This record gives sequence, C-alpha cells and structure tokens, in this order.
Amino acid sequence: MHEEVIISGFGGQGALFAGQLLTYAGLYEGRQVSWIPSYGPEMRGGTAHCTVILSDEPIGSPIVRNPTIAIVLNPASMDKYEPLVARGGILVVNTSLVRRPAQRSDITVVRVPANDLAYELGNVRMANVVLLGALLATKPIVSPDSVKRAMEEEIPAHRKHIIEPNKRALERGMQYVAEGR
Amino acid sequence: MAKVLMKGNEAIAEAAIRAGCEAYFGYPITPQTEVLEYMSARMPALGRAFVQAESELGAVNMLYGAACTGARAMTTTSSPGFSLMQEGLSYIACSEVPAVVVNIMRGGPGLGNIQPAQGDYFQMTKGGGHGDYSPIVLAPSTVQETVDLVILAFDLADKYRQPVYVIADGMIGQMMEPVELPELKPPQRPERPWALTGAKGRPRNIITSLQLDPPTLEKVNLRLQETYKRIRENEQRHEEYMTDDADLLVVAYGTAARIVKTAIAKARRDGLKAGLFRPITVNPYPYDTLRKAAEKAKRLLVVELSAGQMLEDVRLAVMDKRPIHFFGKMGGVVPMPEDVVDAMKKALAEA
Repeated sequence: MHEEVIISGFGGQGALFAGQLLTYAGLYEGRQVSWIPSYGPEMRGGTAHCTVILSDEPIGSPIVRNPTIAIVLNPASMDKYEPLVARGGILVVNTSLVRRPAQRSDITVVRVPANDLAYELGNVRMANVVLLGALLATKPIVSPDSVKRAMEEEIPAHRKHIIEPNKRALERGMQYVAEGR
Repeated sequence: MAKVLMKGNEAIAEAAIRAGCEAYFGYPITPQTEVLEYMSARMPALGRAFVQAESELGAVNMLYGAACTGARAMTTTSSPGFSLMQEGLSYIACSEVPAVVVNIMRGGPGLGNIQPAQGDYFQMTKGGGHGDYSPIVLAPSTVQETVDLVILAFDLADKYRQPVYVIADGMIGQMMEPVELPELKPPQRPERPWALTGAKGRPRNIITSLQLDPPTLEKVNLRLQETYKRIRENEQRHEEYMTDDADLLVVAYGTAARIVKTAIAKARRDGLKAGLFRPITVNPYPYDTLRKAAEKAKRLLVVELSAGQMLEDVRLAVMDKRPIHFFGKMGGVVPMPEDVVDAMKKALAEA
C-alpha cells in the first residue's frame, strides 16, 4: 500500500493533529510513515496543512503534488486541493464550511458536515477527527483501533479528558459515511 | 528499542543526549528552535548544562569553552546564525577541541526566509571561517539518519579533535518520522589528557588559537593537515541507489536526495534508467567513488536546493569525462519529484 494524504484547514482546526493521529496509526501497523507540516510565520486563522505518507516501501519525498487523499476543512483548502487530488483518489470535504459542490468526477468525494456533527457531540473543535473517521469508513488505510490507540498514547496527560470525546468523534464520522446521516 | 515518531529537530536533541552530550548552548532561530526548546527541558532534568546564549556569538564561544574542558558539547542553529559563528568555529578548529554543530539551513542569502534550502554548502564544507581548516560535514536525508549521524558526529569530533557539522534543512528539522534511539546512559568521558581540568598534580595544559610565532603556527597547520588527510582516508561515506544500470546518474544530498529517490521511481516507470549517488560526508567529499560511479553512466544531473554549490565538487570528481547537468531551486522553494523527473528528461534529451 502507498497513500499520500494532505489534510488542510485554518490554523486551529486541527489539521496537523489529525495528520499525526494517522501517522502514529500507520506506525503501529508497521508501515513506513512520514508527516510534514506546512510551517512558516503561522497563526490561528491562517492556513495550515500537513502531508502524511503511509507506505510499504521506504519513503522518498515527504511532499507530494498530487495526493491520493485530501481532507479539506475550509473553503480555501477545497479550492487549493480539489484540483490536485490524483485521479481515482478521495476528497473528504467539511461541508459545514465548504458550501460549494465538488467539480471533479474522476475522484471519490465524501461530503460530511463535520463542524455540525462535532458540535452535536459537544465540541466543534473535533471536526478534524470526524473527517478522519469519514475517511476511514471510505477507505480503511489504517484501522480505527490504531487511531484510538494513538489518541490514548499520544495525547498528553493534561489533556486526557479529550480522549473519549475524540473516540466518539471518530466513530461519528465513520457512522455518517456508513449510514449517510 | 521500539520505534518512536519524532520531529527531526527533537530527534537531533535526543540523539545528542544519548550520545552523552553534557553541555548544550543555543540561540533561537527558525527552523531549528525546537532543538533548543527540547534541550531546555531535557538537559537540566538530566543534570546536564543548558544555556540559552545571548546570541550565536555567545553560543559558539560557550561551546568552545565547554569543549576545552573535555565535555561533549553541541550547538545548533540555522543559516544566519551559522554565519555569526564562523570566528568561533575557526578558533575551535585551530585549538583542536571536539565540538558538534548542527545547521538546519533556511532560504538565503541575508535574513532570507525560514523554508528549506541548501545554500550554506560552500560555507560549511569549505571552512566558512578564516584560515586553513576543514571541518567534517555529515549530510543526513531522513530523521533516522539524522539521529545516527549526530551520534557519529560526537564520535568523530572526539577521534579527530575537530569541529564536526551536521548539514540539514528545514524539511528534515520539521518533519516527523519513526526513529530508533540507543539507550540512555550517563555520559562517559574518555581519557582526554589535553583537556583543561584544573591541572592538579600535573603540568598545566594550554589551549589557544593564538600563535604569534610563525614556525609554531606552521607546525599547528601541518598537524591539522595531517588530521584532515587521515579523515579523508578513513571517513568518506556515501550511498548508491539503483546505479547499476543507470544511464543518468543523479547526484544529490540531504532533502534533495530523498526527493530525487521518488523522482527516480517515477522516471523508471517511464522507462528512464536513472540512479542516485548520495554523498553522506560532503566533507570529506567522496570524489573517487563518485568518479567510479560516474564511469558507469552516460551523463550526470546534480540536484540541489541552491544555485549549484555541490555541483563544483561533482565537477572536481568527474572532470570533463561525462556531461554534467544541473537542476536547482533557491530561496526556500522545494521542487516536487515531478519537477526533478522533467529535469532528468531534459538532461537526457540534450544528449
């Protein structure tokens, strides 16, 4: 297997963290993994994205032009990455913020009102994990259990209270794709 | 030990700790600041020395001082900070004390920007400061290799009593990859009869880089040149990747080399036979092995995140025996593998 995933949104939406969960999950499953953030003079409300590669082969370039998967959390990310997803790839869209339909017909588009679902679960900031769940229900590039393990092992001690809600957010995203609501 | 996921900068810090680094000095500059941040928590917790210096000049001279006492010591910085350190590094080389310096290069010249670049190659491999000295320069291309080479840097610095540099860039500093680290042990100081340890019961040691008498300074220089000769004979390292049947030999180091590896896989799917020669020591440069590798290929392509600095070493190795093409990006712009594939095709089309 070889997947190249870009997760992109406003700074503060958790794009980088969702990418780290995916990377840890890949590591636990014995894949070759890399995670690289966009970095620069960043701030909350600016743009932030990361590239995650999961592969059975050693990873060369950690950056890619045409990812096999993109998760877009805001309109600017949709505009930037929809045209770049590789043919046959997957685009996961946060429709709570991205109102326009996708234009590509040669990729799988997964539409999820992630902010609304996360808000219903009690914290809008978990939209990132809802979208990650939606991706895994569409294509299980890692097992959800590995992502949950990453939450348990990598979320620092003073943030332990967010682990269980995030597990529910992951399941909610999966359920939304499986049941269409 | 199980693999853990670490950011390159954090891995540099932890690797230094595992290598027995007893003293770290630094000054914040992106994209290497996480090394300093990590060290500021870890070093005091282990009872070792951490100082955030008042500037890079302060940091490099603290490094010099700590090295004179026989401690394993390190500083890390990024391009403009590395420029500021040159005077101190020349003093360290002349004084023949071991020291490790990591430069996480960023876009230049000037204050430039904070994106990945390889524009400090000349400065790092050719000396950088004044006088005839020639630091060992190690060029990792993955986070694991960064760990391995930081540890090696301490060993080589001890062995040759010279500054050893690790040359990397913002991409390696910022990215996360799985790493395996050696076990954490208390620092061991090997016998260092030259070190300044208080001179109790022995004649005093003198460490200086000031030698006003020309024949005395000449002797120091001759000894340094002897050291550099031993280093050239014993410490050259490189990797070859798919070079056996390659028509096009691509030469690249560090971040550029890993982008090239992906480009080679793509190019081979299009029937283009390319391979990679990756120097791991960029000083001493593996001239002879590169010359031999080049003989198997029809032409060469050098890929760098610079205007073409290592290109000069490739020319010295290969001379005019094979055509040498160049593809580079500057100012913190990082090419995608597809851009490198285009450059490969262009190089072969010019044949």
